[in-house]
Amino acid sequence: MTSLILSTATRFLLPLLLLFSISVLLRGHNEPGGGFIGGLIAAASFALIAIAFGVRRSRRTLRANPRTLIAIGLLAALGSGTFGLVGGRPFMSAYWVMLEIPLLEEVAVGTPFLFDCGVYLVVLGVTLMIIFALAEES
Amino acid sequence: METVLAFVIGALYAAGLFTMLRRNIVRLVIGLGLLGHAANLLIFTIAGLTRARPPLISQSFAPETLADPMPHALILTAIVIGFAVQSFALVLIYRVIQTVGTDDLDNMKATDT
Amino acid sequence: MNILLILPVLVPMTAAVLCMLAWNSLRIQRALSVIGAALLLAAGLLLLRSIWQNGIQAAQMNGWPPPFGITVVADLFSAIMVAITGVIGLATAVYSLATLDRERETFGYYPLLHILLMGVCGAFVTGDLFNLYVWFEVMLMASFVLMALGGERAQMEGAVKYVTINLVASAMFLAAVGMLYGVVGTLNMADLAQKLRAAPRMDLLTTIAMLFLIAFGIKAAVFPLFFWLPASYHTPPVAVSAIFAGLLTKVGVYALIRVFTLLFVQDVAYTHTVILALAGLTMITGVLGAVAQNEFRRILSFHIVSQIGYMIFGLGLFTVTALAGSIFYIVHHIIVKTNLFLISGVVHRAQGTYELKKLGGLYSTRPALSILFLIPALSLAGLPPLSGFVAKFTLVRAGLESQSYILVATALAVGLLTLFSMTKIWAETFWKDAPAESETTAAAMAISAPLASRWLLMMPIASLALITVMIGLAAEPLYVLTSRAAEQLIDPAEYIQAVLGRR
Repeated sequence: MTSLILSTATRFLLPLLLLFSISVLLRGHNEPGGGFIGGLIAAASFALIAIAFGVRRSRRTLRANPRTLIAIGLLAALGSGTFGLVGGRPFMSAYWVMLEIPLLEEVAVGTPFLFDCGVYLVVLGVTLMIIFALAEES
Repeated sequence: METVLAFVIGALYAAGLFTMLRRNIVRLVIGLGLLGHAANLLIFTIAGLTRARPPLISQSFAPETLADPMPHALILTAIVIGFAVQSFALVLIYRVIQTVGTDDLDNMKATDT
Repeated sequence: MNILLILPVLVPMTAAVLCMLAWNSLRIQRALSVIGAALLLAAGLLLLRSIWQNGIQAAQMNGWPPPFGITVVADLFSAIMVAITGVIGLATAVYSLATLDRERETFGYYPLLHILLMGVCGAFVTGDLFNLYVWFEVMLMASFVLMALGGERAQMEGAVKYVTINLVASAMFLAAVGMLYGVVGTLNMADLAQKLRAAPRMDLLTTIAMLFLIAFGIKAAVFPLFFWLPASYHTPPVAVSAIFAGLLTKVGVYALIRVFTLLFVQDVAYTHTVILALAGLTMITGVLGAVAQNEFRRILSFHIVSQIGYMIFGLGLFTVTALAGSIFYIVHHIIVKTNLFLISGVVHRAQGTYELKKLGGLYSTRPALSILFLIPALSLAGLPPLSGFVAKFTLVRAGLESQSYILVATALAVGLLTLFSMTKIWAETFWKDAPAESETTAAAMAISAPLASRWLLMMPIASLALITVMIGLAAEPLYVLTSRAAEQLIDPAEYIQAVLGRR
């Protein structure tokens, strides 16, 4: 299906959607958002490319194998929980570090964020694996 | 408000079960989805409805002005799990229709005793 | 925090992730799978020893104080279940090296197996009801995929039934958890136990208990909710069947025992009588179904149902001896059932079919396999000196002490019918001469298996049979263990103290 409107719109929408998904991921801890919905939005953007330009183009834009994304996401989630174990604290202990970014207020980065990134990657990988498999089937 | 929601939940459960009992396998998956949504609404209603209050604590808020965040967390997890399960179920029925050749559940009785 | 509490979840998860990263190399996946399963077994045994020596241990994730945070708690019952999961995981991992076809291996069998083990172990060590739901879902998703992996027609049909009914059970579980939260206000099991014992006359509690009974009953395959089991368990390949038969229904039984000894003890006259009635009906319908079948794995699937009835029988009686008998029965049954399924796989390899009519003559061609079949089969029927005898004896004694004579009579009669069914399999598969047309296949397939894979096939079977004999002959250590676990279940003061006492 090669609709001109869809392909042009996708070309403009794609960077916006990806930026939006990252921003939803970043605001997730104390406000609505988070890794799950961020991953879904990013997956929706790649699905949009698949619909407008074809699955091969979408895979090339993604550059990574969805399966590897799932594995890395799970590893990130697992790793974020085990930081505490090394120090004798319970599993999934939250360690926060205050980062000072020039020109912006200071940002708190910690293991829950790493966990959320892991969730983001897993959701992205799983959804894309399903979409690509179904799209390539037909 | 709870009464209305209770009727809605009942209607959703009824619709879900009715759709699940149809002959077409696609209706089965739709019915499963409805059942999941009804369960989510049930948690939402039964844990106490509050009007327009945020569930997250900031230092300046007094505790009485907040909604209980626990049902929010439960429902979010249930939605995520429901999403995963539904996407699996869709791919499964796609393969089933391909392998068995029909989408009629009455023809899939070969493994029953 | 005692790291042993969380290792049963971390080890299989790491193994699964590493297997996924090594997707393209089957050799690395196989090695990781076996090493991961062996480490899980080691972690389970160490956890059991730690709980035995130091009492019930609990930890909070991220240190959030109970009851607000998620608790990870292991009492003796959980530790026993984790250890036995390790045993079965290792046996299946080794067996699947030899039997799994390449196609399934390349599509992620090994990561899925470990995610299944992770879900099962997570369900055993959690102390929060909603976390239990999450681990149940992890386990269920992995089992859905394992059931459907391979795409044969029978698998697909079985998968549809399995998936549908388990999803309905999950929706009911979720509804019950939501209702319990609405009524009591907490989901931490220890806190629930405390609140429910302090103010027992809350509304809706018996209803919620029955909802839990239905939800877990579907997963545990009690009457009348078990019909998905014989329709789906015989369809996937043998290694998958074996681990399903050994583990998945027992997680449902674990959840039933946990919920009906810790939480819903306000209305014992009603709830546990219902459980007793269901136990009797499960035993009878399961074994009657088994007697009517003529295919090896279908018979074994119906026997799973029938034996679940015994475990629920112990729960319904609700005394220390009865619960000890239940836990002993769970341990015995997991080992025996997995072993029987693994043997059925070897029989299929030798003769190419599962139909009893077409099998035969294995006593002369494979005598060692025949003896190895007799051990779990007679143990299932309850013959001394094997493990089934001790388990059944404990339950019967508990039943007589509680004066439920009808159920004891039912249990003994069902045991007799189980013996009949097992001897039917023995006579058809091993003792009688092979029917004419299958002679050539038997000769062809017997020689073609290379020595390494034959060793991989027989080692798990032989080890599980050895464990069955050892439990039967030297039952005292396990009996003492299960008695103490039952005491911890009947009186949850130590459990509540371990979870809530730590601030």
